Amino acid sequence: MTAPFLGDALGPRGRRQTRILTVISAVVILGLVVVALMRLADKGQLDEAKWEPFTQWPVQRFFLEGIRTTVEVSLVSMVGAMALATFLALARLARTGALRWATTLFVEFFRGLPLVLLIFFCALGLPAYGVRLSVFWYVAIGLIVYNGCVLGEIFRAGILSLDRGQTEAAYSLGMGYWQAMFLVIIPQAARRMIPAIVSQLVTLLKDSSLGAAVAFEEALRRARINGEFFQNPLQSLFVVAVLYIVVNFALSMLARRLEVRQRRRYKAGAIVVPGAGMDLALMGAQGESAEIADDDTAT
Amino acid sequence: MDVITENLDVFAEGMRRTVELSVLSFILAFALGVVLAGLRVSPVPPLRWASATFVELVRNTPLLVLMFIVVFAFPSIGFTWSYFLSAVIVLAAYTATFVGETVRSGINSVSKGQVEAARALGLTFPQVLRLVVMPQALRTVVGPLGGIFIALLKNSGVAVAINVNELTSAAAFLGTETAQFIPAFLGAAAAYLMLTIPSGFATNWLEQKVAIKR
Repeated sequence: MTAPFLGDALGPRGRRQTRILTVISAVVILGLVVVALMRLADKGQLDEAKWEPFTQWPVQRFFLEGIRTTVEVSLVSMVGAMALATFLALARLARTGALRWATTLFVEFFRGLPLVLLIFFCALGLPAYGVRLSVFWYVAIGLIVYNGCVLGEIFRAGILSLDRGQTEAAYSLGMGYWQAMFLVIIPQAARRMIPAIVSQLVTLLKDSSLGAAVAFEEALRRARINGEFFQNPLQSLFVVAVLYIVVNFALSMLARRLEVRQRRRYKAGAIVVPGAGMDLALMGAQGESAEIADDDTAT
Repeated sequence: MDVITENLDVFAEGMRRTVELSVLSFILAFALGVVLAGLRVSPVPPLRWASATFVELVRNTPLLVLMFIVVFAFPSIGFTWSYFLSAVIVLAAYTATFVGETVRSGINSVSKGQVEAARALGLTFPQVLRLVVMPQALRTVVGPLGGIFIALLKNSGVAVAINVNELTSAAAFLGTETAQFIPAFLGAAAAYLMLTIPSGFATNWLEQKVAIKR
């Protein structure tokens, strides 16, 4: 058990102390877990009656349909957000000044707002102005506008991260602006952006749970309903939390692996955009040095 | 636009609540985050695992799920807190995971020579971390931490779902009350930007002030 600490191997005394502390901390942590379980048992939360509903197919179906709705709204929003992001990124890089300014304003405005404010505006405000859609679309519109702006910045950073020589080479081959963009720049930039996009998908999937606040029957809302019905809010929320964690953990792992692979292949850091939500701030921070993240932030 | 000018007090009240939520949670999150990062690099395996497990579990759960757990599930095991306190606890725990990971990256960016020199002087693990590594690590992550604070300001809006009267709830209230949603929400949007934009500037200023100049 010679765990190096901060890259330095411990000496004999350090190792002894580590062993002692390992035993003590393991006992303390186990003790805390036992206390928590006893508390749960004490309050009757481990009773079979509280958990039994989850063995019934109607309840399982209720939850699975909730997850399906969550995944549906996330995928629809992700596709919509990527389309919007492509437009915004290209517009922000356009040679027309007015277009550039208008998009910059649009992006900075919506990126600076809480997503929940947008979703509330869509769900409460849009019907008042005669836009009558299903609540699915109110949530989706909020997610699309917000994530479109965030992804737009990622796309822009990705495009800008390419070496100028690529554009110049394309032009010298006689390609026009759009040809160079779609045949040379975007295919290369897209590869670099994959980890950032997957990580944004995790954020989006988590954020779709905000729909529960505006009566959208996705996974979280259904867990609440189930909890009220069977009088087991703790168990219902536990189940839905586990479902979210499993999906998000898998996607996060994927993003991390893609990023490591990319780092090896291109010797370049992840595309990091300031204020793109905490997950992205993190992705940049996971590199060996904080400098990589800083460099990219500057672009 | 009368909706905004006539209800400035409602917005001010909402803003005050949002600031209270964010600042309180950030203080707690910072403290907890630094501890999580310290545990994560400790030579004691159970402490590392405990920290990693907490971070992965909390970070991968949506914020609203965490809030619902504290508000609706915790009472059944005997913990009943006010909506505001519940929101602070959840925002602090959620944000702490991001602070922790960021600080850890800061720790990794401190050069090995610093640790070796400190060890050569005979400092123990907690001493090396507290006196040598942390002060340098924290300076390098001021920028990312500022970003996390801004994200927290925005995340505090989720508390609207558990009846905390912050800015988003002020907008929803005024919009429903006056049926003029666009001005009501624009007012709240302006208020949020009035909080996030200065935070960004403050971060840049602080970052330059504490930067290690070599």
